Amino acid sequence: MTTGQSAGQDANLKASPSTGPSHGPSYGLAPAPSHGLNADELRRDEARERLVMFGLSVPAIMLVLAIIVIPVGWLFWLSLFNDEGALSLDNYTRMLDSKSYTRIFMTTFNVSVLTTGICVLIAYPFSYFLSQLPKRWAALGLFAVLLPFWTSLLVRTYAWLVVLQRKGLVNQWGIELGLWEQPLKLVHNLNGTLVGMVHIMLPFMVLPLYGSMRAISLDYMKAASNLGASPARAFWTVFFPLSLPGLFAGMVVVFVLCLGFFVTPAVLGGGKVVMVSMKIETLIDLFFNFGTASALGVVLMVLTLAVLFLAHRLLQLDRVLGGGRGA
Amino acid sequence: MDSRSGVDRALPIHIRRVTKTYGDVHALDNVDLEVRSGEFITLLGPSGSGKTTLLMVLAGFTRPDYGSVRFGDREVIRMPPHRRDVGMVFQNYALFPHMTVAGNIAFPLRMRRVAKGDMGERVESALATVQLDGFAERRIDQLSGGQKQRVALARAIVFEPRILLMDEPLSALDKKLRDHMQIELRHLHEKLGMTTVYVTHDQREALTMSDRIAVINHGRLVQCDAPRTIYDHPATPFVANFIGESTLVPVEVTDGRAMLNGQALGLSAAPPAARCRLMLRPERLTILPDGGHPEYNVFPGTVREVVYQGESFVAWVTLRDGTEVAMRGISQRESLASLPAPGREVLLGLHHEETVLIPDADDEGAKA
Repeated sequence: MTTGQSAGQDANLKASPSTGPSHGPSYGLAPAPSHGLNADELRRDEARERLVMFGLSVPAIMLVLAIIVIPVGWLFWLSLFNDEGALSLDNYTRMLDSKSYTRIFMTTFNVSVLTTGICVLIAYPFSYFLSQLPKRWAALGLFAVLLPFWTSLLVRTYAWLVVLQRKGLVNQWGIELGLWEQPLKLVHNLNGTLVGMVHIMLPFMVLPLYGSMRAISLDYMKAASNLGASPARAFWTVFFPLSLPGLFAGMVVVFVLCLGFFVTPAVLGGGKVVMVSMKIETLIDLFFNFGTASALGVVLMVLTLAVLFLAHRLLQLDRVLGGGRGA
Repeated sequence: MDSRSGVDRALPIHIRRVTKTYGDVHALDNVDLEVRSGEFITLLGPSGSGKTTLLMVLAGFTRPDYGSVRFGDREVIRMPPHRRDVGMVFQNYALFPHMTVAGNIAFPLRMRRVAKGDMGERVESALATVQLDGFAERRIDQLSGGQKQRVALARAIVFEPRILLMDEPLSALDKKLRDHMQIELRHLHEKLGMTTVYVTHDQREALTMSDRIAVINHGRLVQCDAPRTIYDHPATPFVANFIGESTLVPVEVTDGRAMLNGQALGLSAAPPAARCRLMLRPERLTILPDGGHPEYNVFPGTVREVVYQGESFVAWVTLRDGTEVAMRGISQRESLASLPAPGREVLLGLHHEETVLIPDADDEGAKA
């Protein structure tokens, strides 16, 4: 305590006399007293501020708990009970054994991949076109893309049913114009499912693509051209690589949304295209089988998270690769 | 690269009656300009004067209404940018963010299908030219402003174009670095010898770097001369005001003599027009001691204010007829010792040889 005391005295000399002897800061080299110059008051203010901030975020935390953590936890919990109500992994092992489940997952995956692919093929040229327009015209185009968002998903899906069915608009016109003789099977199968899903998903692809394309400075294209790149080469060597982040973002969003999609494939697939979400619905609605349905939900969620995680890793990887591509 | 002679490395540019209108505005109005082979020419003008438009016409990004641009014997006015074979440094560098430094510099070589082995060597050599050895694998976002500037330059010269265009390449750099790069660009030009067209709105930059300066205003070429001529003998009041500081005082011209307030001026040359203005540049004026000064035109006045600015000081003097004139002196012992105090009467002197009359042009004289 002797050294401490001497340091304490040292600190005392510098502290304001009214605050009395100091004990706190007597160990360090710096003799600055912690209670000098409002230090204590400022630290208390800081602590109070943090408490207030935490208090303000409590409702949000409660909300997240109530609508995400608890339901997901419950889902997970339910999936661990078999038909007899005993704790087991039966629900999961059955999924591995049964071919029908594998097929459902394959269908889900296929439909999602196809939808994403078609969305890319439609959205990329469209977004490119919009991104090259003056901002005012592009806004009009974007508005057209977003317009369906103000219409109910169900209405849009049934509208497609009307348009695509045996005696729907497309078939009527096609036959009247003599393009084909027999009504085409456009709905209640994969075709209808894809048409509906692409229509619903398109905005999710267009928005990030358009954003990243708009951000590509025209100067890059000018520079490429000045350095000897023809318009086509300038596009593939400069514009396309720079638009990839937006493309990947759109692909991930669309793919993930497709994995859990229910209404549109249920209505337009006509029971022939069975996706995971539909199987879950059947299990609960018809068989009251919460255990298996929960297990399916858990697997779907894990798969979705895995896709997101992979995409995240790949996108970062792409940044690194992209940095070295030109060399 | 070194075996080539200077003539081979450069091409003259012949610009004839190039005109570009946007609605009613003449961005370029019948511009005629001959750029000599290997010359460093600067297009100087205020923003919106059309200097950048002219550069964009040369690069091929802006299609003029009419006119002719020839690189050497080749008419290029209808040629798309990627066939013109001119190097260009953009104002914001426009380096490709998804490529490394080496990737950026190799880009023009890739477009010209240069062999892989050759490519590495030329990239290295271009990097060495701009003193960035060892930066090949850096990403663009890891570079400082000055380094980006050098990479942009290396990318513009690596394919050995015979014409190099630069669009305010130093405007994004801080002053110290800008001063340094001005000299460096100058040296690089001497070494590589390509015809260089440089755009800036910074008159000091133009004076520092150029063989000739083409002053552009309202889409028209106002004057094209060597820096010294531009500064000492501006062709119009606009040039006198835009380059350097000056006060322009109207003078009466009768029988080849110029009169200011009834006083005949001693001149360096005969008055160029019937209506002229006398150019008073602050640093050309001196404070004279009392007595006769046959070599000088003398303007008596009263000191209004004196400001010390470090390397120099400025004194504002009100002449007898009420004209306010600035006078600048170098901060050194003698001149500081005789620094005039506000309110004092002084004699401002302008040497006959530095007494320059500028033809008055109504259309632009009032501006700037």
